[in-house]
Amino acid sequence: MKIDPECRYRSTHEYARKDGSEIVVGISDHAQEALGDIVFVEMVEVGKTVAQGEAVGVVESVKAASDIYAPMSGTIKALNTALQGDPSLVNKDCYGAGWLLRMSPSKPAEWESLLDPAAYEKETGKD
Amino acid sequence: MAAFAGYDMPISYPMGAVEEHLLCRRSVGLFDIDHMGQVELRGPGADEFLSGLVSARVLDMPEGEARYALLLDESGFVLDDLFVYRLPGRWWIVVNASNRRADIDWMRSRAPGGVIVEDRSDDTYMIAVQGPRAVELLDSVSDRAVSVLPRFSAREMKIGGIELLFGRTGYTGEDGGELFFPADRALELWSSILEEGEKRGIETAPVGLAARDSLRFEAGMPLHGHEISPSVNPIEAGLKWACDFTKDFVGRKALESVVAAGPARRLVALDVRGGVPREGYEVVATASAGTASAGMANVVPGSKVGVCVAGMFCPSVRKYAANAFVSPEFSKPGTALAVSIRDKPRDALVVKRPLYLPAYRR
Repeated sequence: MKIDPECRYRSTHEYARKDGSEIVVGISDHAQEALGDIVFVEMVEVGKTVAQGEAVGVVESVKAASDIYAPMSGTIKALNTALQGDPSLVNKDCYGAGWLLRMSPSKPAEWESLLDPAAYEKETGKD
Repeated sequence: MAAFAGYDMPISYPMGAVEEHLLCRRSVGLFDIDHMGQVELRGPGADEFLSGLVSARVLDMPEGEARYALLLDESGFVLDDLFVYRLPGRWWIVVNASNRRADIDWMRSRAPGGVIVEDRSDDTYMIAVQGPRAVELLDSVSDRAVSVLPRFSAREMKIGGIELLFGRTGYTGEDGGELFFPADRALELWSSILEEGEKRGIETAPVGLAARDSLRFEAGMPLHGHEISPSVNPIEAGLKWACDFTKDFVGRKALESVVAAGPARRLVALDVRGGVPREGYEVVATASAGTASAGMANVVPGSKVGVCVAGMFCPSVRKYAANAFVSPEFSKPGTALAVSIRDKPRDALVVKRPLYLPAYRR
């Protein structure tokens, strides 16, 4: 299992990575491996404002559909449209080409509420 | 791995279910399907007993032939689907793992004296070798040519040096075969087929249950518990071809009534846009379905007209598709319906089954 040291995580396996004033959101390597082949991705529309922990979309694998939750409160700025043609990018490169969406956080302090890489690694050891 | 009917089953291997599916369509997939049950039927009167027990015609089968059949109850519902092999002096019947005990109880409770119903599942291992290059690969490890055997036939032969029963059958829509042999030789045979593939440059890899499901789904083959079950009859499931109405069999009378009245629902394939349809999702009418043909003017868009019994991403045809039971007036290919996915109606077009034409029909 790969953990991107630049990211912060939720216990529900989403990651957030700072990029300027925005964050890039995706699912962790642990999550993509547990889900198996991703065959469909659908995210909420750009411009929508969500609260931390609110559902922002669904990732469907061969096995099941999984809700994706916002790691921080804010506004959706962009979606990874490449996933429409090739959802398997999430399996191949979850921290890179398989990112899900970009957000502009409205409460930057929420960053500190997320799990740091060491804490997330400990968390995933449980399941 | 996942627990299934008392077995630990490989859902997918590290390759991943989608790639396993595609590999089986382009080269050779190897399937560990020891969970499948095998029942041997023999003794005086076994032929007539079997003929009255299952839906398909069996008495005309020569030794060495294999045929698909249904085990029905008196009401015409599907207790299980079977592959029946006629062998010298005995019948070899492959049953679904989760129905094995019930099937055997059902057979024994009806068997006349002299007919022996023997559960051979525990001493028999079963693997399937499937794909466009499977026969070529099997020919190179068998003591006689597999390629000259007709589809749906079976022979005793040696493969990988092991005496076994080989059937040119399968559950993927590809050519290939299914192998029945002593359980203690499983690892040896499995490894020697993989090694032979490697040696001959024939891409061969294990395929798990998830891809086995998507392969059979594309090829239009039913899975008990989904397209067929004890609450489904073969007429509505499109399996009338597996019922021989010129002979007597359990459930025949009930099926004749269904045929006469017309089924109350029909199994259809749906090509779905905007999500993965899954078992249990509702099929609903759309505005266009209501105006598409006469007699449907009263259909309210959004009203339930059916339910999905299986659904998934289909890697070879690159579609999200469902099998669903719908009211007969919505079953014509081209009918525009919707599947409710997470409370939103998604476009679903009735399309012809199967989505992928099996090799034996090409």
